[in-house]
Amino acid sequence: MNEHAREPLGALKSILKRQYIWGIVAIALLLLINVIKEPTYLAISVGHNGHLVGNVIDILRSAAPVMMIAVGMCLVVATKGIDLSVGSLMAVAGAVAMEFLSSAPNTPGAAFAALGLVIVVTGALGAINGILVSVVGLQPFISTLVLMLAGRGLAKVITGGQNTSATNDVFRWFANGYVFGIPVVFVLALAIVIVVGLVVRRSALGLMIEAIGMDPKAARLAGINRRALLLTVYIAGGVLAGFAGVFATATVMTVDVSRTGYLLELDAILAVVIGGTSLAGGKFNITGAAIGAVLIATLDKTVVFLGVSSSASPAFKAIVIVALVLLQSERVRRMFRQRRAARPAKREVVAA
Amino acid sequence: MSALLTTPTPVAPQEPRGIRSLMQRVSHHVEALPTAASVVIFVGMLVYGEIAYGRILQASTLSNLLINNAHLILLAVGLTFVILTGGIDLSVGAVIACSSVAGVMLINAGWNPWLAMVLMVLIGTAFGAVSGVLIQYFNVQPFIATLAMMFLGRGLASILSTQPVRLGDDSAARLLSTKIKIIDGPKVNDLVITPSVIIAILVVVIAFVILHRTRTGRTVYAIGGSEQSASLMGLPVAATKLWVYVISGSLAGLAAVLYTSRLGSAQNITGLGWELDAIAAAVIGGTLLTGGAGFVLGSVIGALVLGLMNVLITRDGGIPPEATTIITGGILLVFVLLQRAVLAKQRE
Repeated sequence: MNEHAREPLGALKSILKRQYIWGIVAIALLLLINVIKEPTYLAISVGHNGHLVGNVIDILRSAAPVMMIAVGMCLVVATKGIDLSVGSLMAVAGAVAMEFLSSAPNTPGAAFAALGLVIVVTGALGAINGILVSVVGLQPFISTLVLMLAGRGLAKVITGGQNTSATNDVFRWFANGYVFGIPVVFVLALAIVIVVGLVVRRSALGLMIEAIGMDPKAARLAGINRRALLLTVYIAGGVLAGFAGVFATATVMTVDVSRTGYLLELDAILAVVIGGTSLAGGKFNITGAAIGAVLIATLDKTVVFLGVSSSASPAFKAIVIVALVLLQSERVRRMFRQRRAARPAKREVVAA
Repeated sequence: MSALLTTPTPVAPQEPRGIRSLMQRVSHHVEALPTAASVVIFVGMLVYGEIAYGRILQASTLSNLLINNAHLILLAVGLTFVILTGGIDLSVGAVIACSSVAGVMLINAGWNPWLAMVLMVLIGTAFGAVSGVLIQYFNVQPFIATLAMMFLGRGLASILSTQPVRLGDDSAARLLSTKIKIIDGPKVNDLVITPSVIIAILVVVIAFVILHRTRTGRTVYAIGGSEQSASLMGLPVAATKLWVYVISGSLAGLAAVLYTSRLGSAQNITGLGWELDAIAAAVIGGTLLTGGAGFVLGSVIGALVLGLMNVLITRDGGIPPEATTIITGGILLVFVLLQRAVLAKQRE
């Protein structure tokens, strides 16, 4: 994922060139605001049973589901697509898991069976997206919009409109447990980011995905199997959303069919954009998407910490996303460039 | 549904001449095929409902269909403009939430209700203008720009209030949903109309005239056909693209007024998923998602099909109401696929 820099200064420079550095800066700024309000905000203490406790740990924990769907979204966006169904798929995953566990014994086996079932169901739904996009050739946002619409209905049908809850200690541990004092869910999310990153970047897969996003025709001439690759990417997006749904529901061991994963597709898109992946497809950056997810979690926690209702945080995210797409837009970039270069060129901007 | 399956039957080359000439005649108006299909479906649903459940084809049910879907008709008309240019507006549901919560709170704070209602429309206009500027002048993809507005609208509505806010029982805003009897039928079978329905019908008529009888309308279609050609022909592409989002936003604002007046309350989760209903209505009515072809009246039919579907599902009782969105999604998908088939036919 990194270019090899020969000297430390060069390494620093290449890091500074990446767009996600602004994500890190933004995280630092938000944390700073919180520290100003409450000087002990960053404090991490060791809880009674060896777990790390603190606001930062909370942020990492809540960043985990977004990290998972952001990784999937990152790949989908790189193919010039979009997956609007991930939030609904999370609800479906939660509904499937809870319905299964509510009638299953409280054993580790049942927990893993539920996980397997979720992978199958969300993988199949992701495959529907993939087939509509790759074989039928529909616009990605329409095919996934249909599932976004129908997915929540499906989740409601699965649970019969109820918010099903269940008990399973192992399943609960996925979301609330700790490994070496760090929340399991964050460790798993990080592992997913690293594994997907390695698979994509250490093989030609990443280049192929970028090729599809940049120029589908050229990619086909280069012998890339567009259909199979698109299908794989959407299935991966679906399964990752399934994981995220499992973790989101396992925290409380209840699926809220209308609120689990609600608007989270937008969080994922935001994370991807913050990470420096252009929505126009092509080059992608999984590390950036993961950092973007942490930024979103930080933003959410900060908004609540500052005493604003948590349901208001979409407004702040909207402002961030508008600012980011503006920065990505050609017109604004040209304006910056021209201001730096010469004054008289300004007229052209107005004329254009 | 059966009409859907039978209409676009591909004709084998060895077919007799009569059918082939019929197919040729149909293929001249092939872009009207989805609209025709939706009309057939609407009539089919009416007939089926009348036979299976009864009391569908009567004045009170039909006037309620209009009264309960006036807002959806407005949204569908707005989205028709946007989709015709090849764009999309995902923000309409959130705009309704923001505008209706703000409006009800202002009225409850003692503002003149009429002034507040004008402001509600203007809130929608503002959202549409921001989307339009982002899309036209900063080259943001339409669904991203309007997705951001969807976030913003929901967030602002939640900042205003997370609790349902109610209009006073004697508020002037409720006047828009006063029921006016046109024909006093036997028992409760009256033909009823509300000022909201009249507003919706007026909007449909104006939109129809603009789209089919004015230069702006032609430009909207031209942009959807090919934006590049439209601008090479010297059509005001930039201004028109801005306008369609302003129109869609304003109609969402107006829809908020009508809906609030009917329901008498507003909440930050009002209008959840309505953007999808509106898109589905436009698509069912025959508006091509890639832009360039479609009819306002088709979208109205599309909205009525969705409304009637809800009535039938309620009457049936056997289908869980949760399944409504699945059915809507399924219908949307079928129509999008039908569009693709029609497009492929056109290209031949």
